[in-house]
Order: sequence, then C-alpha cells, then structure tokens
Amino acid sequence: MTDLAVQSIQRESSILRALKSMALIRESVVGMIGLALILIWVLTALFADAIAPFPPNATIMPMASPGTAGPDGAVFWLGTDHIGRDILSRIIYGSRQVLLYAPLATFCAYAVGVPMGLAAGYRRGMTDDALSFLANVILSFPVLVLYIIIIATIGASAVNIVIAVTFASAPGIFRIVRGLALDLRNREYVAAAETRGETPWRIMFVEILPNARGPLIVDACLRVGYVIITIGVLGFLGLGLPPPDPDWGGMINETRQMAMAFPYMTVFPGIAISSLVLGFNLLADGLREVSLRD
Amino acid sequence: MTTDGNTYDGPILECRNLCISYFTRAGEIPAVVDFNLTLNQGDSVGLVGESGCGKSTVAMAIMQYLGSNGGIVGGEVIYKGRDLATLGDEELRQLRGNEIAMVYQEPMASLNPSMTLGRQLIEVPLYHEDITEKEAYDRAADILAAVKLPDPERVMASYPHQISGGQQQRVVIAMALLSNPSLLLLDEPTTALDVTVEAGIIELIAELAEKFNTSMIYISHNLGLILATCRRINVMYSGVVVEHGTVDEVFDHMRHPYTHGLFSCIPLPGTDKTARPLVPIRGQLPLPHERPRGCYFGPRCDFFQEGRCDKPTEGSTIPIGPVAAEAGHEVRCLRWSEIDWAAYRPEGLSSESIDRGKQVLAIDNMRKYYELRDNSILAMLKGKRTKYVKANESISFKAHECETVAIVGESGCGKSTFAKVLMGLETATDGDVAFNGKDIARLPVQDRSPEQVGSMQMVFQNPFDTLNPSHSVGTQLARVIKKFGVESDQDKIEQRVMELLDLVKLPRDFARRRPRQLSGGQKQRVGIARAFAGNPAMVVADEPVSALDVSVQAAITGLLMDIQRTYRTTLLFISHDLSLVRYLADRVVVMYLGRIMEQGATDEVFAPPYHPYTEALLSAVPIPDTSIEKKRIILEGNLPSVMNPPKGCPFNTRCQRKVGRICDTDVPPFVEAAPDHVIMCHIPIEELRAVEPVIVQVDKG
Repeated sequence: MTDLAVQSIQRESSILRALKSMALIRESVVGMIGLALILIWVLTALFADAIAPFPPNATIMPMASPGTAGPDGAVFWLGTDHIGRDILSRIIYGSRQVLLYAPLATFCAYAVGVPMGLAAGYRRGMTDDALSFLANVILSFPVLVLYIIIIATIGASAVNIVIAVTFASAPGIFRIVRGLALDLRNREYVAAAETRGETPWRIMFVEILPNARGPLIVDACLRVGYVIITIGVLGFLGLGLPPPDPDWGGMINETRQMAMAFPYMTVFPGIAISSLVLGFNLLADGLREVSLRD
Repeated sequence: MTTDGNTYDGPILECRNLCISYFTRAGEIPAVVDFNLTLNQGDSVGLVGESGCGKSTVAMAIMQYLGSNGGIVGGEVIYKGRDLATLGDEELRQLRGNEIAMVYQEPMASLNPSMTLGRQLIEVPLYHEDITEKEAYDRAADILAAVKLPDPERVMASYPHQISGGQQQRVVIAMALLSNPSLLLLDEPTTALDVTVEAGIIELIAELAEKFNTSMIYISHNLGLILATCRRINVMYSGVVVEHGTVDEVFDHMRHPYTHGLFSCIPLPGTDKTARPLVPIRGQLPLPHERPRGCYFGPRCDFFQEGRCDKPTEGSTIPIGPVAAEAGHEVRCLRWSEIDWAAYRPEGLSSESIDRGKQVLAIDNMRKYYELRDNSILAMLKGKRTKYVKANESISFKAHECETVAIVGESGCGKSTFAKVLMGLETATDGDVAFNGKDIARLPVQDRSPEQVGSMQMVFQNPFDTLNPSHSVGTQLARVIKKFGVESDQDKIEQRVMELLDLVKLPRDFARRRPRQLSGGQKQRVGIARAFAGNPAMVVADEPVSALDVSVQAAITGLLMDIQRTYRTTLLFISHDLSLVRYLADRVVVMYLGRIMEQGATDEVFAPPYHPYTEALLSAVPIPDTSIEKKRIILEGNLPSVMNPPKGCPFNTRCQRKVGRICDTDVPPFVEAAPDHVIMCHIPIEELRAVEPVIVQVDKG
C-alpha cells in the first residue's frame, strides 16, 4: 500500500487529470450537444475522402439545384456552384481547412498572450504598464481594419492568416490571463513559493497558470468559435485561403452576387460555419456550467 | 401586524423540532436536526459551535431565507404565535427588516458601496412605514447616536469606504435597529474586526439589548463573546444542539463531553499553562452525510461506549434530555449522569518550558519604509512628492534557539511587513537583521543560499490558500525538499515526503491527494510539514491557527509546539490571540503602528507593569470563564492610518492613560521594567507598576 503510494506520488500525468475534469461535461446537456456538433465536423474532416461524393475542385455541371442528378447518376445533394463544383463536397473538404487553422491560430494566440499576461499580472509595475499599453494600442484598432492591414501587407496565405489572428487575439487573452494572475499572485501558495526562492518562471507557469486553467479552457473554446468566424470573414473579403481549395468564407464570397437567384450556394456554407461555431459556443457554455457547479 | 406585536406576550420565537436539509447532487443532506428553541421578550440566546455545525442555517431558517437548495423538512418556526411557513412572500418581506433584523459578519458586504450611509439608513423606514423623508432622516440620526457613532450627520453623508470597519459594523447594527425589531439575529458580528474594536461592539450590543428590550440570537464560535452578551446558550455540534441552558449553568457545570472538550481547547489568559493544559479533541467534525450512528460525537468522545452510544436510534440521533437538578438545562448525551468529571484527567499538551539555546536571531533598530509618490498639486507645489509609509520603525529584539517569540498586535501594526523582511520578500530600509550571525536585512530571497532559505521558513495563515490546489500534496512537499537541497535522489525524496507526513501525523497515502480532498486542519498540517522540510533553524508562523475551528486549533498548536521542541527550532509566532500567546510563547513582543510598545518574558508582559496598550488588549480579550473578572477598558477612536501616524507616541490618540502634551510631541523612551522587559511609555515605571492587574480570578464562594 505504502509502496504503491511512494511510486505514484508524482506519476499521475496532468494530461490525464485534465481529461478527467473534461469528462464532467457529460453532466451538461448543452455541453454535450456542442461536443456532438464539433465531433460531427471533426469526423467529416477526417473522412472527407470517403464521404465526399465528388472531388472538391472538379467542375462538373454548373448551377445544378440541390437534389439534381449528375451526368453519371450521382446526386448533387446541395447543388453545384456557378462553375459547376459540388457544394456538398466543397463544404466537406472545407471543414479540413477550418478545423486545422482555427485551433492552430487560437493556440498561437495563447502561446503569445499567456506568457505576456502572466508576466504583467505577476510582476506588475513597469512590465505591466508596458505590456498593457501595447495590448491597448492593438485593441484600439477596429479588428477588421487590423486584419485587412495585416493581410494586405503580408499577403493572403494560410500561415499569414494564423499570424494575423494571433496578432489580433493575443491582446484579449493577455487581458484575461493578466487579470487572473493579478488575483492568483496574492495566494499564500505563491508567497510560499517565493519564500523558498523559486524563480519567477516557475511561479508563473507552475504555481499560477494551472490554477487559471478553468476560465482559460472556457475562453479557448469560445475563441476557436470566433476564429472560425474570422477565417470565414477573411474568406468573404477575399483575404482568406487562396483558391481553388474550398474555404467556407470564400464559397460565400464567390457566390454572393447570385445569392438572390441561387440562395443555396451561400446558405449551405453559412450553415456550416454557424453550426461549427455554435458547437464551440455550446461546449464553452457547458464547461462553464460544469465548472461553476462544483 | 405591529398592533399584534404590542398585545402579544408569549414567546417571541419558538423553534419546534426544526429539521433543515440541503439538496445537492449527492442527495439530501440534513444540516440541522431536531432543533428546539424558545426565545422570550428581551431574552438573549447564544448559538455556539464550529463551522459546519448548522448555526447559520438556523438563522437563515428563522429568516425563511434558505436559498433554492435548502428547505425546512420537519418542525416549525413560530414567530409571535404564527407559523412562518404559512406566510406569503409579501408578509415575509414585511417581517424581515421590520420585525426580524439580521447583522452579518462582514460589514463591508452588508453595505452598498455606491450609496451614502444616510440614504441606506433612510430607505429602511421609508420602505416599511408611511413616514416622510425628514422623519426618517431624524430617526436615522438618532439611531446612529445610539450606536455611539460620533458626529452622525457626517456619517450619514459618507460612503461606506470612508469609515472604519468598526464604524461600518455600528452602522449595520443601527440599520438593523431602525425599525425597532422584536428579534435581532447577529451572525458572528465581530469576527472580521480587531479585538479592541470587537470589545466596543460587544459592549454596545449588550447595552442595546438592555435599552431596546430586543430579543437576540447571537451566533458565534467564540464562547467568550457568548458569555459577554447572552443569558442562555445552545452548544451545537454537527447539526444538533448537544447542550442547552443558562450561561452560568453551561459554563460552570457543563455536562456534555463535547462542551467539555470545547472548553479544554481554549487557552485562558488568566490561568497558568501548567495548571490547565490544552486538551485537543481528537479527530474531526464528521461531514453531514457521514455522521455516525447514534451519538454524532461518539467517535471523538472519551466516554464512548460501544453498543450503547452507537446504537441505531429511532430518530436520526439520540434524544436530548433534561439535567435533573437544573430546570431548563438539557444535554444530548446518554451517559452524562455517569461521567465523573473530577476523575477525568485527559492527556493534555505538554507545555513545560525548555532551556533556550544560543541566539539565533538578533534584530537591531530595523526599519522598513515604503515610498509613496504623492501626485497632488499641493505636494508638487511644496516640492515634497515622496511620502514614506513607516511600516516598521525601530524594531529591536532577539530570539534564541528553541524559543517561542510571539508578536502580537492588531491589523496594520506591521507584523506582516516584519515577517516579509525576515523572509527576504522585502528588504529593510535601515538597521540590522542578524540570522545565525549573518546580516540578512538587505538580502532578498533570490540572493540567499538554499541553506539560508531552507533554515528560515514560514507557516501561513489561511489553510485554504496555503497549498496549490493544482498539485498533489506529495508533489508540493517533494518540490520543497528538492529546492532546499535536502535530498536529490528521487527515491530518497519520496522517502523524506513520507517522513514529513509521519511528522505531522497524517496518513502516508495523503501524498497522492489533492488539497481540496483535505480538511482545513489537515491542510495546515501539510503547511507545517512544508515549513519543516528543510530542517529550519527558525519558523515564522503567521496566525497559523486563526482560520481553524476551535477543536482543531488546539491540535495544530500542540503539533507545532511538539515539532519545534523536537527540532529545537526557534518559532516566531505572529498572532492577535493573546490567550494562545500566553499559552505557548516564552517571550512576547507587542506592536502598534509599526513600533514595539512592549516586550518581555510572557509572564512579565501579562502582569503589571503593562504598557497602556497591552493593558487595553488584555482587557479586550473575551474570556469564557465565569470566575474571571476583567477591568473594562474600551479604546476610543480608530486605529490611525499608517500613512499618517500621530506625532509623539503612536498610541496617544487612543490611550486611556495619556499624561499630557508630552505624549503628543515626543516619542516615548524605552524603559526597562525588568531585565529584558521593555516598555515604551512616558508614564513613570513606578506608576505603571502600581496598576491593578486586568484579569483577576475571583472566588465564587
């Protein structure tokens, strides 16, 4: 018994623990609906090759209405666009782009915002003044204008979208982390770490950050949703992922002039964006509900 | 309703077999079981018990305010002959605030920070009665005068943050009294206040109850306060009343083993520590859903009889029964008449004094000033833009190996700043701090060697905050061992973690637990283990037990003293609890506004000659012993701000023995009353010597 205890003091991995606490989501109906929506899209993206009835970029039959049968008998369930590409297939393949770049961009924004927020909240003083000033300057730009300036400067590509989103989202994350750190730094366990001479790095990342994870996980879920919208908006503005690969925002942009005559060309990609964003928002709500209940 | 109240002459409040439960994910949790209470006009009843025993739940049930997940599942609350459960929302609203008023623990949370106090006071009668604003204003001013607030007009125009904590609580009490309620519920009204301020509030409450003939329920964990304010007392344990009677009966002839245990846990400043050792109650409070069968106190009781005390009962626990000789005195114990208290000699905490060793710490004339930039235009014109907050001024004292030095003082006296300087979290502005012969006054913790850091560690105040909730107990202890370089090999570190857990008497498998799975006392034990991980020469304990329950306090205090003796560690014990200090300290340092007012051996400090501040502090300590008589010294005014301390003697604004102009102009000299007993006062030492002792034991023949 004691031997067992000795061995496993430090062995329980933190990832396993995080998963365990995530498993509490089962108790929230809203959270489960959100999780289901996200999972549907994740599976769609993973098995796009198997699910999609047509290649995403193949021009087959222009402006077919939803349900029309194609030349070889296969059905365009959601119709085709103005140059004859199957909308369903493009949506299915488009989910890959979104589900890759939205979490990646969010992760990058966190990688920048979290250390800065911790430093500002823990050290305070000049560090805080300088970083907060920087964050406020960035936040004072209208987000869209900021995106347009960045993308116009560095060009439209997948990597540049990630950079732009990081640049625009990091200040918001910085503010959240800074607020949490300002509160958590006054805890006695932080004082205890200080009195045993721990380095600021260790205090920030080992003593403070793990205790801020609750609100941060919720925020990350919401933020992935926003980033999906952002990527959609960039695509709509023509600043998104370069053609011809399918991109939900880009699909709406390409067909918007025909939206009155052929509404299905814009409506279905719109529904795709909304459903995925809704999934992340519901998941965030569920996580918050579960975390508050305890 | 009010006419009803004028003619009604039965009991104000009756609780009959009241059972209250909370409904949670885990199911129904009974919070209070079988609660009975009768409160007559002008009577005052105290509810005493540790946290989680259901005392606040009772108060909430009386207010019919249990929240969405709580409910009365049995019995009834009868207010002036009417069952409160039958009243509608509107009737209840009229009752609350108008007839039943409540005062909560935290005054700042009870007041709206964005409204002037006058506005908040006027609202009460304006809402409940049909009167003009002018009448309401006058009434509010009168009531503020009644709670002895100086200059009521000015207070009415102020916002809550502009007055002190003690004054805020007076305003809250005034607000409760505004509609002249028949019943006043006070839930730990002084717990958030300093002891000298508390003394004033307690005196006020006792006076007001007399003056307005209000019936009162006073909830507290502090038996001394109940003695000072109430006529009758209910001792609660784990949701049930275990003993009930008049204050004199319960305090002098307690019958229940829990009541007895509670009294044995409390050090009394009037008595000698060897004559009356502290006896901790073993174990801990059962959680509401883990209560034992039969008597709830069974597992912790020294008189527990298997087969009898744990026999399943018809109700949820054993019934309460009368004590034969004393009418109205009831006790919930099957064996009360069989217990021979005179023969009961439990093993108390050893407290024999120990020979002190070499000098470990010598502080000479240490100062700590904080610099503040004053950005006002006036300061700019004067050219004096930097102001200094003198957090510590002329601190000098010594501590030896194996000695316990207590630092006593109210909030804002600079004791925490002093601890920070010692630990190297702040550096001293001036003076020397010699620790084991090396000056560390201006050596921040980053620049200290691992041995130096490890040899001076700290036990913190708040058990719920002292451990990082994200890491297991074992990981946190292992980190300290590694950091101090005690061990470096992984297996040896884990071995050492186990030894530390043994040291603080926790089971070894606690290493895997997370802090939230531990009770407050257990967390504090881990905190102690952490402080002793690096074999420290000195441990600074900042109010280590003040946030714990009384029955746990004694055990933790005992543990700390035990370990300290074994390792011959110097213990610097920062506290505001003079009773505890008297019990465990070898030397006492009394601080006020950053200065040491008096220091000396414990017995010398607790007997005349006193510094007038020490005298006032001693007088303010509530003592749960009917055989002790105290001199009543209530300090006037508030603690001055450290930003703007008085000139001359820092205590001159509140001193009850001020001698004249010299107190306002000159800082008093240090006078040696005995070797190593120093008092900082202008009053001649002979005069101070002639002062009568504050605490006197009287023979109640």
